[in-house]
Amino acid sequence: MIAFRTLLYKEMLRFWKVSFQTVAAPVLTSVLYLMIFGHVLEGRVQPYPGVSYTAFLIPGLVMMSVLQNAFANSSSSLIQSKITGNIVFVLLPPISYREFFSAYVLAAVVRGIVVGLGVWLAAAFFVLTPLAHLFWVLCFATLGGAIMGALGVVAGIWAEKFDQLAAFQNFLIMPLTMLSGVFYSIHSLPPFWQSLSRLNPFFFMIDGFRYGFFGVSDINPWVSFAVVGIALILVTGFSLEMLRRGYKLRY
Amino acid sequence: MSDIPAIRVSGAVKCFGALRALDGVDLDIRQGEFFGLLGPNGAGKTTLISALAGLSRLTEGHIAVMGHDVVRDYRQARSVLGVVPQELVFDPFFSVRELLRIQAGYFGIRGNDDWIDELLANLDLTNKAETNMRQLSGGMKRRVLVAQALVHKPDVIVLDEPTAGVDVELRQTLWRFIRKLNENGHTIVLTTHYLEEAEELCHRIAMLKAGQIVALDTTQNILARVGGQTLKLHIGSAALPAVLVAKALSFDAGVAQFNFADPLQVEETLRVMREAGVRVEEMEILKPDLEQAFIQMMRQEAA
Repeated sequence: MIAFRTLLYKEMLRFWKVSFQTVAAPVLTSVLYLMIFGHVLEGRVQPYPGVSYTAFLIPGLVMMSVLQNAFANSSSSLIQSKITGNIVFVLLPPISYREFFSAYVLAAVVRGIVVGLGVWLAAAFFVLTPLAHLFWVLCFATLGGAIMGALGVVAGIWAEKFDQLAAFQNFLIMPLTMLSGVFYSIHSLPPFWQSLSRLNPFFFMIDGFRYGFFGVSDINPWVSFAVVGIALILVTGFSLEMLRRGYKLRY
Repeated sequence: MSDIPAIRVSGAVKCFGALRALDGVDLDIRQGEFFGLLGPNGAGKTTLISALAGLSRLTEGHIAVMGHDVVRDYRQARSVLGVVPQELVFDPFFSVRELLRIQAGYFGIRGNDDWIDELLANLDLTNKAETNMRQLSGGMKRRVLVAQALVHKPDVIVLDEPTAGVDVELRQTLWRFIRKLNENGHTIVLTTHYLEEAEELCHRIAMLKAGQIVALDTTQNILARVGGQTLKLHIGSAALPAVLVAKALSFDAGVAQFNFADPLQVEETLRVMREAGVRVEEMEILKPDLEQAFIQMMRQEAA
């Protein structure tokens, strides 16, 4: 248990020591999105009755930050350790693969939530969003962060070079987040794209998260919870199996 | 001290594709030994250490540390093992003390600052304790690597070429400390390219070549095996007389080495040189050392 706690502490200390880059920078990016899209689209689009576009956008941006930063934390930590070789410091001690996985994923969730909270606080200067169900907000932020943290573990272990990791991020994670309804309600889409969106697990994370704020969503939050939960179980299982076999870590 | 070997390697085979990096290694290292693992580059030393440390998995065979199988009982095996890796790796995010505390935590240990201070003092790192790893010189980073491997007071300590590219001062500091640990009952396994180091420190030596053990004996016996002394003749650019070519232990860059048991053989060799008109610029007579043993054994194996 001490080993797990130490690894978790080290992973959190690692991003906290460079928090200008790992926390402040993504908060600023999201605030820029909010200012620009909010300015252009406010008053032209009303996704739900009584909800302004800027208010609608905020939970989407918060969740997008949670997801992207959770992924970035575990994946970049692992690939840096692999490339510089200091991964041996965690491979030599008696740390089980389950402890290893839990520590990296939990640190990723913490980073995601810290950045998400930063975005939400910064956005509160512009629009104060309602908070209908705090439980769902925390639930989807944690589950979504965990899925992305676990995917980050998979990507960080699989990638041997930074450009492979960047490819994973740019060609898989980015499109899936951008097309998940961060910036729009899928009800505004043509039927084909609507049904396609329902195949994207990121859509359920964001939709469920948004329900926590407004009490309205495209999908019943329990359905989203089930989809996100199953996705987490699948990614966790895959990632744990990789670690158990020592794939690309223990030759 | 119990009879359980500190390290037991049985039938170790490790294949990388068609290459057999370890080709059936059997080896017992007793508790409290100072053991040397020698061999040319690519002989399989690091492969063996990686398998021992759980960084790689054997294709066949087993390894146990203090009786704990490194795969099945990996937790027990790793808690009694400290490894100083060959590569100079470090974590740039932390200071020396942070790093050592974290490393202790990975082994389930908290609040061992007394031991950390002792490590820092013994490795001359006390005034660098709060310095970030990035700001340390190569030699200092190497010391931290040693401290990291010892932070959980392991029974068995493996040093994979710890003195490669390290200055004399650090080498002496390091060996003084490692010797002290050995005297306190820790088992030490050392791989090194500096043969004089192994000769001075190790009780017993295994020589590896192409993934197999070609010699395993006490340092004394290995030296005795070389027998006799070595005659070293510097002959500049002259050619070695044909009669002597077969007798020479080696001939490289104008230096010919011969092994002899009877001092009269020196006179005989010099006579051949004189008759061939070869001018001997310098002559040395050396007592047997590991380097000779090493060259001889590697060559016997090739023959």
